[in-house]
Order: sequence, then C-alpha cells, then structure tokens
Amino acid sequence: MAVVVYLESQDGQIKKAALEVASYARAIADAQGLNVIGVGFNIENPEQLNSFGIDKLHLINTQGDTFFDVARYGESVAEIVTKEKAKLCIVSASANGRYLGPILAAKINAAYLSNVVSLPTQYEPLQVKRSCFTNKAFNITQSHKEITVLSLSSNSFGLKEKPGTAEVIEGSYASATTSLKVNAVDKTSDKVTIADADIVVSGGRGLKGPEHWHLIEDLADVLGAATACSKPVSDMGWRPHSEHVGQTGKPVASNLYIAIGVSGAIQHLAGINSSKIKVVINSDPEAPFFKAADYGVVGDAFEVVPKLTEKLKARKV
Amino acid sequence: MNVLVCISNVPDTTSKINFKEDNTVFETQGVQFIINPNDEFGLTRAVWLQQKVAAKVTVVTVGNASCEPILRKCLAIGADQAIRINAEPQDGFEVAAQLTALCQTNSYDLIIAGRESIDYNGGMVGGMLATNLNMPYVANCIQLDIEGAKLQLQREIDGGKESLQASLPIVIGAQKGLVEEKDLIIPNMRGIMQARQKPLEVIPPIETETATTVEIFEKPAEKGPVKLIDADDIDGLIDLLENEAKVF
Repeated sequence: MAVVVYLESQDGQIKKAALEVASYARAIADAQGLNVIGVGFNIENPEQLNSFGIDKLHLINTQGDTFFDVARYGESVAEIVTKEKAKLCIVSASANGRYLGPILAAKINAAYLSNVVSLPTQYEPLQVKRSCFTNKAFNITQSHKEITVLSLSSNSFGLKEKPGTAEVIEGSYASATTSLKVNAVDKTSDKVTIADADIVVSGGRGLKGPEHWHLIEDLADVLGAATACSKPVSDMGWRPHSEHVGQTGKPVASNLYIAIGVSGAIQHLAGINSSKIKVVINSDPEAPFFKAADYGVVGDAFEVVPKLTEKLKARKV
Repeated sequence: MNVLVCISNVPDTTSKINFKEDNTVFETQGVQFIINPNDEFGLTRAVWLQQKVAAKVTVVTVGNASCEPILRKCLAIGADQAIRINAEPQDGFEVAAQLTALCQTNSYDLIIAGRESIDYNGGMVGGMLATNLNMPYVANCIQLDIEGAKLQLQREIDGGKESLQASLPIVIGAQKGLVEEKDLIIPNMRGIMQARQKPLEVIPPIETETATTVEIFEKPAEKGPVKLIDADDIDGLIDLLENEAKVF
C-alpha cells in the first residue's frame, strides 16, 4: 500500500509545489504506515527528493516531448497508482496539477477532492477539509470511493524536510490517443508566477493607470514576489488577464499578500482569503480591504510604495 | 455542429455565505442565484459559434426545478434549447456521470463546461466528462477559434499560455479571457420573450454512485482588527512584517 504523488517539474527541475505535495504525502504515510511513491517526468535532480521522504520514484522520460500531454501523463500516473495499489494520489494545485487531477480520477474511477487545505481529519473512511465558495467557507468532505485523488492548495501545508533515500526506477510513458497538439508555449520565464509565489504584490484602480505599474513591479522585484491585479484593472486592459486575482480570476494562497490601491470588493477578498498575511495600502480609510487585512497603511500609494521599496532594498544589502 | 454548454446554478458573487441545520446545509434563503461566471464565458463563446458556423447551442444543468430561471436566462442570451437533468447531485463526480449519460445519448461536437463552479470549486466536471467520453480536454481555456473542423485553442498555464490545435469532438473548460467581460451578452426584451418559446426539456437522471459527500461546513475564523501603521512609519511596517508576521 502506498500514497502516490505527482511531482511536477519544469525544465527538469522539481517545482516547489511538488515538494510541498511530497511533504504532505510523507505526513500521511507516516500516520498510516505507508510508502510514498513519486511519479515524475524528465526530472534531472531526483536526489533532491531524498530530503522529502519519497521512498520510490518512478521517473518517466518523455523522449524529448516537452508538451504536457495530459492524456499520456494521466495514463502514466494511473498505471502506477494501480500497480502500487495506492488508495490515495496527491497532485498540487498548479495549473497542470488541477488539469491532471480530474482526468486521472476518471481513469481510475476515483473520487476527486480539490482545494484540500490540511491533513485528512480522518482516514477510515477518508475525510478532508477543503475550501469552497471561493474561500468564503470550508467543508469537511468524505470520500466513498476506494481510491481518492486529492489536489492540495498551495502553501497550505508547507515544505517539511525528511531525510531518506528515494529509490529511482525507470517508469514507462504510457501511450494515449488525442487530437490535441501544442503549437507553442508562451511564458514570461524569469518571473515568479502567482501559483508559486510566497509573496504577491497586487495593484488596483488606485494606481490610476498602467503607466504607474513600475511601483508594483519594483516592490515585487525587491521581494521576489509575483505581481497581480484586481478585476477592474484587467478588464480595462491595464494588465493581462493572467494577473487578475479574485473569484473569477486566479486564487492566491501566498504567505504575504500586499494590496496597493485595491478597494477590496467581496469577490477580490474571496480570491485572496487563503493568503496568510494581508497588507493593504490605500488612501481611502473606508476601503473594505482594511476589514480583511492584518496590517494597513492609510496613505498615498505614490508616496508610500516607493518608500517601502527603497527601505526593503536598503535592508537587503 | 452541436454545442453543449454545461451550466451550474451558483450564488451571486456578492452573496454572504451562511449555513443552517448545524452547518450541514447551505442557506439559500435570501441568496440570488446566477449562471456560474465561468460557464457564462463559455455560453457567450457558444453563441458566437452559433452566429459564425450556425452551431446549434444546447445548455444543460443537473439540478432541481429551482435551476430553471438561469436556464431561461441562458435561452434569453441565445442558446437554442435547454435540458435539465432532474437530480440533486452530491458532487462533481455525479454531475459528470449524469452529463456523460446525456452525451452518450445525444451527440455533441463541442462540450463546454466552466473551469470550476464558484460554489463548490470542485473543478472536475470538464475533465471527468471528457475522460468518460474518451474525448480530449482543454482546461482553463482562454481562446477558441474554429476553421472548418480545426480548432485553435489556448490554455492558461502558470505564468503564461499554451497554444493548441485540436479537432472535434472536444471538451473545454471555459474561464474569463475566452471572451472579454464587455462581450458578455445582457439579454434584451426580444431575447427574453423568445426564451419563453424555446424548448426546456426535463429528463430523468440515471442511477449513479456517490463519490463524495459534504459532512459539515465551516466558516473561516473571525479575524482580528487590522493593525494600522502610520504612512510615515514604513520602518514600523517592515519591523512588524519581519518580527511579528515573520514573512521575511
């Protein structure tokens, strides 16, 4: 018996979200006396997994195919779940993790539970706590199936190192027929993504126009943070859709969320509610965001933000 | 070309979320229900296909009679016909099972589901339905164009987008970006009048197994009041973030 984890990598490097999923699986395996079996594709640094308690890694080489072929990935992971007689399979909440999870679950006739925020509250039968109503609430959900696929919310468990030795065995890249073909991947490569970021700096209408976005970007740079924006900002085309966070945009579950000139509409707050510490900088003391934030500065973003950036820069050197 | 758009009936985005019966049931009283926003982006694109390639657009929901107003709204927006599968599903697994049965009876070339519903946020119906039907699935779809039998699609990925090519049949997970917010269709009086004449068929559900059940709901812990820092005291803010919140 085992817990299977899908270990997402990018350009051969294991992603942080994958290490979090590995940490989470290790904790479950320790509580249940199970092994943690990883499934990874094209990972070049599998030795890193020795620090995260993976017992065995099925390392699959896609033979130069860099496309995330969800049908083949799903089939490959499904075969390993079946072979290892796993009752639990865990994926991250990255775009690819969420893409893979339901497809994998359907292939192995498993239950699927997304947005899981903590270790199972009970094992027999399995119950987990997950967020719902876009972070306005949680629910405890019970699985009635023999196998369950869980998607773990980012930053909900954290990285927990546990030394061990991962036995690496070569896995087979399963075949699957699909009419899908990737033509191109367009990625802002050196930037931290909202999904991966520990810190997110977000701007709203209070910044008065896209020409002022250097304020957000400079602060994000010094913090190694991802940049985000409110819905009106993306609707007006000041920033791309991919930066829109909130109920109909991306969810944010960072350790620190800094909102600048964002009033804090209920839909925005729902989307960022899973972030641990929230800071608001806004000139309007009545802005609803102050009710949701941990720390607030009532002040002009055009004065406060450059000062904050400078001081953080000075502190770093 | 037959297009099926899967619709979820969800609380309005501004709704306050409350529970009753010892936190086991969502309190619907006083809650306005709307078309799930992700589904509405999908429906809008389907109506565009109806005009571009004379696609026939069917909307479907799995739910009780209380879901009919939003199906009528979909018809007013432009869908040709509506189907309500008369079940009260426990989870997305069951919704996918009901929709699978429908798609095995009727044949659809393009099936559009929302990326996720904004109530239970399961995010599983599209992927499961596609897999059950042995069709490809494109999640987080932000572009869909059609040229003959060829589709050009884009999937939003972490930090960017992926451009894909596919052929029919296919299932996509719609979200914001598939159409612009300003292109969402607000039904006019003519549309609303026509919607009353369009067919809304109620069909019985199939037997399904239960995959998951919600045992209890919880609301997030009440948070303490915000700590205000003077705009001149940026050092104070940094100090609190470093030593109290410990985020650096």
